[in-house]
This record gives sequence, C-alpha cells and structure tokens, in this order.
Amino acid sequence: MIAEIGHFALILALCASFIQGVIPLIGAQRGRSDWIALARPTCQTSFVLVGISFAALTWCFYVNDFSVAYVAGHSNTQLPIMYRLSAVWGGHEGSLLLWVFMLVSWAFSVAQLSKTLDSAMVARVLAVLGLITFGLLLFVLFTSNPFNRLFPVPAEGRDLNPLLQDPGLIFHPPMLYMGYVGLSVAFAFAIAALIAGQLDAAWARWSRPWTTVAWAFLTFGIALGSWWAYYELGWGGWWFWDPVENASFVPWLIATALIHSLAMTEKRGSFKSWTVLLAIAGFSMSLLGTFLVRSGVLTSVHAFATDPTRGIFILLLFSIVVGTSLTLFAWRASQVKSIGHFEIVSRESFILMGNVFLVVAAGSVLLGTLYPLLIDALSLGKISVGPPYFNAVFVPLMTPVALLMAFTPLMRWKQDRLPEAVLRIKWAGVTAGLAAVIMPLLMGQWTPLVALGCFLAVWVGGSVVIQVAGRLRSGFPPISYWGMQFAHFGIAVFMIGVTMVGGFQEEKDVRMDIGDSVTVGGHQLVFKNLASVRGPNYMAARGTFEMRREGRVLRELYPEKRNYFSSSMPMTEAGIDIGLTRDIYVSLGEPLEGSAWAVRVYYKPFVDWIWGGCVLMGLGGFFAIADRRYRTAKVKRHSLVLGSKAAA
Amino acid sequence: MRAKFLIPLGIFMVLVGFLAAGLRLKPSEVPSPLVGKPAPAFTLPTLSDPNKSFSPADFRGRVWLLNVWASWCVACKEEHPVLMDLARQNKVTIVGLDYKDQRDAALTFLQRGGDPYRFSVVDESGRVGIDYGVYGVPETFLIDREGVIRYKHIGPVTPKVLEEKILPLVAALGQQ
Repeated sequence: MIAEIGHFALILALCASFIQGVIPLIGAQRGRSDWIALARPTCQTSFVLVGISFAALTWCFYVNDFSVAYVAGHSNTQLPIMYRLSAVWGGHEGSLLLWVFMLVSWAFSVAQLSKTLDSAMVARVLAVLGLITFGLLLFVLFTSNPFNRLFPVPAEGRDLNPLLQDPGLIFHPPMLYMGYVGLSVAFAFAIAALIAGQLDAAWARWSRPWTTVAWAFLTFGIALGSWWAYYELGWGGWWFWDPVENASFVPWLIATALIHSLAMTEKRGSFKSWTVLLAIAGFSMSLLGTFLVRSGVLTSVHAFATDPTRGIFILLLFSIVVGTSLTLFAWRASQVKSIGHFEIVSRESFILMGNVFLVVAAGSVLLGTLYPLLIDALSLGKISVGPPYFNAVFVPLMTPVALLMAFTPLMRWKQDRLPEAVLRIKWAGVTAGLAAVIMPLLMGQWTPLVALGCFLAVWVGGSVVIQVAGRLRSGFPPISYWGMQFAHFGIAVFMIGVTMVGGFQEEKDVRMDIGDSVTVGGHQLVFKNLASVRGPNYMAARGTFEMRREGRVLRELYPEKRNYFSSSMPMTEAGIDIGLTRDIYVSLGEPLEGSAWAVRVYYKPFVDWIWGGCVLMGLGGFFAIADRRYRTAKVKRHSLVLGSKAAA
Repeated sequence: MRAKFLIPLGIFMVLVGFLAAGLRLKPSEVPSPLVGKPAPAFTLPTLSDPNKSFSPADFRGRVWLLNVWASWCVACKEEHPVLMDLARQNKVTIVGLDYKDQRDAALTFLQRGGDPYRFSVVDESGRVGIDYGVYGVPETFLIDREGVIRYKHIGPVTPKVLEEKILPLVAALGQQ
C-alpha cells in the first residue's frame, strides 16, 4: 500500500511538473501575471509529491517490504538499520529518485528564496526546472520505477552491495547529487535569461550564490568519494581516473570556471555569452555523467545494472535538453553585447585565461573518458585510457592555473602594469622558490616534479597570506571575504597532499606470518595475531598489527577482510593510523598458506591534506554566499512584483 | 546570427552521435573474460561421497551446466525449483559446485528441496570459485564438448533465461 502511494505521488508529481514547466513559461512570454503566478505553487506541489514518494520508498526499506522488487534487490533483514536506509540510493532506481528529489528541492529553495526577484524571471527559472523534472520523472516512471512489485514475495532480500555498506557511502551520493543537480539552477537561470534576452549584471548576481553552493556540495561529494575509495578499496589510492569519477570531476571543473566567470559578469559586465555557455555546459556535463553511469556505455566499478532502453531514454533527454539550450544560445547570445573594456594585463584577462585552462582541462578529462567509446564506435578496437594519460595531460594544464590563481587576485581591474603586479606578489614568489628547494630535501629527496608541486602550493598559499595581511590592515573583513581565501588556500593544502603522496609514499606488498614485522616510513608493524569475528551480516578475518616507532609501541591497527553472507566477493577494511603529516595504512590482501597473509603496508605522507584541502574549498564556498548583497539586493530594474504577491 | 555561436551546438551534435553509437556497443561483454575460454581445471571431491572426485576433463564430449550454489544462499532457494524442472526435462546435465559450504547443511538442503544435480562437488575453501571469477552465488556456466565456457549467468537462473538463452545454446551446441 505504501509503495502504491509512493508510485501514485510520482505520477501526480509528473503532472504538476508539466504544468510548472509549461504554463508559467508561456505566461512570462505573454505577460499574463495569473499564469506566471502558477510557478511557485506548482513547484511547491512537485516538491511535496516527490518528497512523499521518497519517504514511501524509505519506509519500504525500513519495514523490509520485499514485495517491492527494488527493496528485495538491495536490502536484507540482517542489514543494519542505517545501511537499510541508505540502501534507498544503493541502486539505480532509488538513486535516480534521489536525483529527482534533489532537483525538486533545489527548485523549491529557489521558489522560497526568490521573493525579491522579478516574478517573470522566477517563473521562467522555475519553468525550466519544471521541464527538467518532468523529463526525469518520465525516465523514472517508464524505465526505472523503484515501486515495482515482485511476485512471489521472496522471504529474504539480496542485500546491499557490500562495497556500499560503509559510512562514507551514506553521505557520498546525497552530497554529490546535491552538487551535480544544483548546477541545474545556474542552468535554469541562464536559460531564463536567454529566453528573456536579459543577460545582465542582475542575472549574474542571482545565479552566483546558487552556483557557489552547488559547487561547494560537489566539492564535498567528490572528496567523500575519494576518501571512501582510499580506505575501503584497500589499495590506498585516492583517485583512479575511473569514468564515473571523471563524470563528477568534469562538471566540477566547469563549475569552477563558471563561478569565476559569473563574478566577472556581475562586477564588470564582461564575458556574458561565455558565462552563459559555461552555465549550460556545467549542467550538461551533469546530465552526461548520469548518462555515462547509467547506460552502460562505459565500464566502471560504479556502473549500475544496465538496460539499453534506459540508455536510449537518457540520451534522448540529454539531447533535447542540451540541444535546445545550445540552439537557444546560438540564436540569442549573438545579440548580446559584452561591455567593460579591459587591457591584456588586467584582472579580467587573467581570470579569462584561468577559465580557458579549466575548460581545456575539463575537455581533456572528458576526451580521455570517452576515448575508449570513440575508438570502439569507429571500430578501431577496444582500449582503455588510464592514469598515465590523465596525469600527463592534467599536470601541465593545472600548473598555469595555479600560477594564475595566486597572481590574479592581486591584480587591478581593467588595466594593470605587470612589474607592479609582480612586486605585490614578490614575497610569495621568494618563499615558494625557497620551499621548492628545501621542502623536498626535508622529505628525503629532491625531484623536479615534487619541487614544482611545493613551489605552486606555497605560491598559492603565500598569495592568500599577502592578500589577507593587506586586508586586515583596514579592519576585520566580513565572512564573505574569506570565501575565496579559504578556497584558494584549500587548493594550496590540497597540492601539498598530492605532491607529497606522489613523491614520497612507500608501498609494500609483503607476505606476513604471525610474528613477522615490516618497516615502512620509519614505522615498524608487527603482525600479532589473526582472529575471526562476526559482524551483523558478515564474517571477518581480523588481523592485529602493532605499530612501533623506534622500539616504542604506539598503537594497534585492525585491518579486516570481510566475507558478507550475501556475496562471495571479500571486502577489505583497512587499518589506518591517521596523522597530520602521514598515514600508516595496513590492509589484508589474500590468505596464503597456513596463517600467512599477503599484506599491504603503506606509508602515505600528508595524504589527509588532500581531503583537508577539499574541505577548506567547500567551506570557502559556503562563506562566499554569506555576502549581504545576496540577501538584501533589491532588483531595481524591474519593480513589478505583482506576480510574486499573487503567488504568496 | 554569427557562426561562432553555433560551434558549441556542432560539437555537441558530434558528441551525441558518438554516444548513440556507443549505446549499441557492449563494453560490458569485455569484463566477462571467461566466456570463450576453456573452463578452469579442478579436481574436487563430490558431495555425496568424499572419496570420489570429479574434474571438468571427465565431461569432455558433453554439454553441461556448472551451477554454483550453497545452502546459505537465499537466492539459490529461489532458483532451485527452476533447476529441478530443468533436471526433469533431461535436456542437459547439471553439475553443482557447492561453494564455501558445510557438508551437512548442503546435504540437508538437497534432501529438503530435491537434488537437480547429476552430482555436486565441494569447494570448501572457495578456491575454484576464484578461478571461475564467481562474484555472487548463484552463478551458472554453460560448458561445451570441448570444455569451453560458452555462457555465464550471474544470479538465479529464471525460466526466462533458461528459455531464451541457455536451452537454445544447449540445443545448438549439442548438434555440432
């Protein structure tokens, strides 16, 4: 019964989103305020209906209703309660419902927080979001309905994929989707502005906070996924250039470019058509990512069970959404005139350069991800593109970005003189130069790549210090000022992590019997014993390792190899000693003869700085939207607020 | 309209063309590397009599199914009636691979639900399962006269899979 309520609510939401997508849009074109006024209530209705549907699915998981096929396929009575609830998004159908739920939540937030905006504009934005919701709900209802019943009802469910039974995976998908889907708001604003032919500073100001928040969530989501891969996959890697990782990283790169470009459009009125194009590209990449993950055109550890009709449907959706947007862009953007003249040496042109590098980087990652598919489609064989390609392409592209991002905030708008700008940043340059010589030597060995990484990190961090020091002289700045500083400093911290792990990690794959010891990164690890432990839905072999440094016992680590009852694929739980300057990482490989095991022991210097940097970046995003202008800004250009009054 | 604003649309259309082509390709067929390869060899004791043993080489010249099962596996209970049905039709020999199981529990399982297998072999340590790339129980492999794996099914065999995939293949392989 509950499942049918959920199903029915979805069908009603489909109808509501259709009205939301069509009537206000026509109303805004014809200037009918009563039609415009429909935008908010229909949007709120869609939100409530999808919310009911999502709650219904959650309930089915809570009560172990295995008559629902999706529940039977992804849950089990022995599954602990928190994983039973997070199993709601543990498979294709449920995670797609989460996607739609996020979408309507964003639309709902726009509806609630846009009281000061021009009502025709709000109507257009909500209508665009409504149309996207409509398309996705069609997709859910026709190809991926999570409420389908299963007869006969099985006595027990098939359990959630053990890889997903992990705290990191409870939060990773919602965070990621918040970011992914949040880019739809920037997209909707851009499309609305294109339809209205009003690409101006006000449009940029409205879009900015939404884009920044979506970007911050995306940052957190990607970081969580990376952290999960680090400790759960048992290989100690933090990024694999897996197609699905790339599918989330490409929108991130575009969104990063978009944030900067939007700032420019708002402040200087320049790059309008470029900004609009980025806004369209950002959400398009989210949709493309969804297509890649769910259609089965690429193989990946993340890929969902695939079904050709789903692939066709989502490709169709993708084509319609992006094709229409780009046609609209071609038609309208050519009439837009950017204002704000600037010289080659100016903050504007440097931001533009950074933007171009980010977009080229996004393009290269996308190319590397799709390359196997392109080659296959041209019947040239099956190949895979791995980390060597990405590293070879990505490092050279990010180096100028890092150089620019330290320099640009210290430059003047419109026109600057290079020698003066260099003088402003000279201390960062000197410190970075010293760091490039000393830091690698302190870690043990000087290599050019590590020196480059240290230079860039200190260069970016140093620039932040110079800016903050300069700003503090005129009093403590408001929170929003710290947004960019935190984000840029986060990049510096992140780069230290990546550089040190890349340059100085030690990885040992050894055979260890009880009593054996191995030394890694100055720490000695002794294999004390091996025990068999029982978890709620698995049996595990748990090793006890004593960690010593210079003969002194520091602590014990307990890596596990788990065998879940529902799957024969053993899962690895690494034992990690987390430290500010290094992680010691032990994971059990395979059992060998007797009580011996293949054991992986890693020393990962500064690895946690990678995620620490990401957290700083994400926090920066949230600080940035604390800007008072976003809350108090009244729209002067249009004083017609009849529509929003009527809606309220 | 200036032409440069049409460039994004053009790039996008090329991309969609490739994606559409990509949909018809099946990269997922690559990671199942065992299909078309000789079935990995093993010698394991049978369930009913530990003193007897079986290895795939004994079945050279026949088309047979290797069904991975276990008494602890819930989905196997779902699959069991389908296999019983298949055994009654006598179209193909089914050998069970009792995976990471206890002998007593396995024998009880077959007593209760019936035994669709010509015989089952016991893979207590799961070693053979690893060689066969077993991801989850149940899994079913179709092996031809030459000892080559022709088809692999993950999850319970359903009547639909049987009718549409396995039995036509059995018939085709049997005629060769």
